[in-house]
Amino acid sequence: MPKLLTTEQMAEFASSGCLFFDELIDEQTNKEFLDDIGHTDIDKADSVNDFYKNIKATSSIPRIPAGTPLKEAFPKNSPLDKIFKNEVVEGAITSLVGSNTIVDHQFLHITFPTKYFNQANQRQMSQANHQDSTIDPRSTFDVQLFYFPTEVTKEMGGTRYHPGTHLRIVNEMAIAKYQNILGQKSIVCKPGTIGIFHSGLWHGAGVNFSENIRYMFKVRLQPTEKQELLWDPEKKYQPLPNRALYWTDESKDQTINDILMKPYPWQEADTNRLDKINVVKFWRLLTGHKKMDVDYWLTRIENELY
Amino acid sequence: MAKRQKVLVLYLKFPSLEAEVISWATFDGTGKKLHMTGDSDTPPYPTGLDALLDGWRLFQASQAIPEQPGEEHRTSYLKHEFFFEKLEEGDF
Repeated sequence: MPKLLTTEQMAEFASSGCLFFDELIDEQTNKEFLDDIGHTDIDKADSVNDFYKNIKATSSIPRIPAGTPLKEAFPKNSPLDKIFKNEVVEGAITSLVGSNTIVDHQFLHITFPTKYFNQANQRQMSQANHQDSTIDPRSTFDVQLFYFPTEVTKEMGGTRYHPGTHLRIVNEMAIAKYQNILGQKSIVCKPGTIGIFHSGLWHGAGVNFSENIRYMFKVRLQPTEKQELLWDPEKKYQPLPNRALYWTDESKDQTINDILMKPYPWQEADTNRLDKINVVKFWRLLTGHKKMDVDYWLTRIENELY
Repeated sequence: MAKRQKVLVLYLKFPSLEAEVISWATFDGTGKKLHMTGDSDTPPYPTGLDALLDGWRLFQASQAIPEQPGEEHRTSYLKHEFFFEKLEEGDF
């Protein structure tokens, strides 16, 4: 039975654009995945190209035509089939993009250690910050599921990401000029960790300064239905009433609205207000409550009397 | 002696050099240090003004461009961009 996300998790996703499930996939499945892709000691892999060529030739990771239903995408009982049938993974996917989601694309990202760059006489650089695909002004969103089959230590340069950037509409590598962004995070995790990113989240791969190869398997998924209350099929969610602004009551408990209005350190003083407005607009779409608001951001400017 | 340019790009919290740094990039034309994405979690200066006080020369700042009608709430790139340089002499 898929374990659907909670409203708190959905609010976290609406605000930050990402969710993580640490050590979710069991050790046996991680091992099967690594065996399947021919994971080997660093000394036994000579070149980046040959390594990829071998994986493509021997692993059970299929070539999936874009638009294939996720349910039909992976061979039965293959490691990836098991991962997508994990109740938490299936529940998160169902909550965000529905139970009839389709595969956009998949890729096994491999970040090679310094040795390979030295051998090839190449400069070892991190991947610049970017937003995947192209300018995407839709209200509909895709998700990208990241699977880390091995431990990722800090020196392995795990995926760098910028929480709260997912609703900023930019043109792919046009954000590459931001080398560092306040509040940036890099994935450091145990084997079997799953991350789910909103397709708009700014990110990039770090440099692998360790002795080991780093893997990250990514699948982009698209919805085929409206993404409204998919995590709450009984439609129990009700927006909270307005609360006092600025002259606030600190004795009140933290609520969903506090998750939605979370500030991020990279946001400008002026534009962070627009970021909040866009989170409220996003939450309206996710909940189906077309007039709901948080902290009066939209109600105030929708009070148009002329 | 040759001259080489070092470039520092700061993105600030609001469009005044007194504002805090929220994003930064450094490109070192002397070749002494290779900077790259994600190489530092701490800004090189707390504010744009601190960069000036350390000898960086401002040579470009972003303009204030009004939002497009109908697109006032659309968010995109970091807005308050300031380019600085330092020239360094040496045998490169």
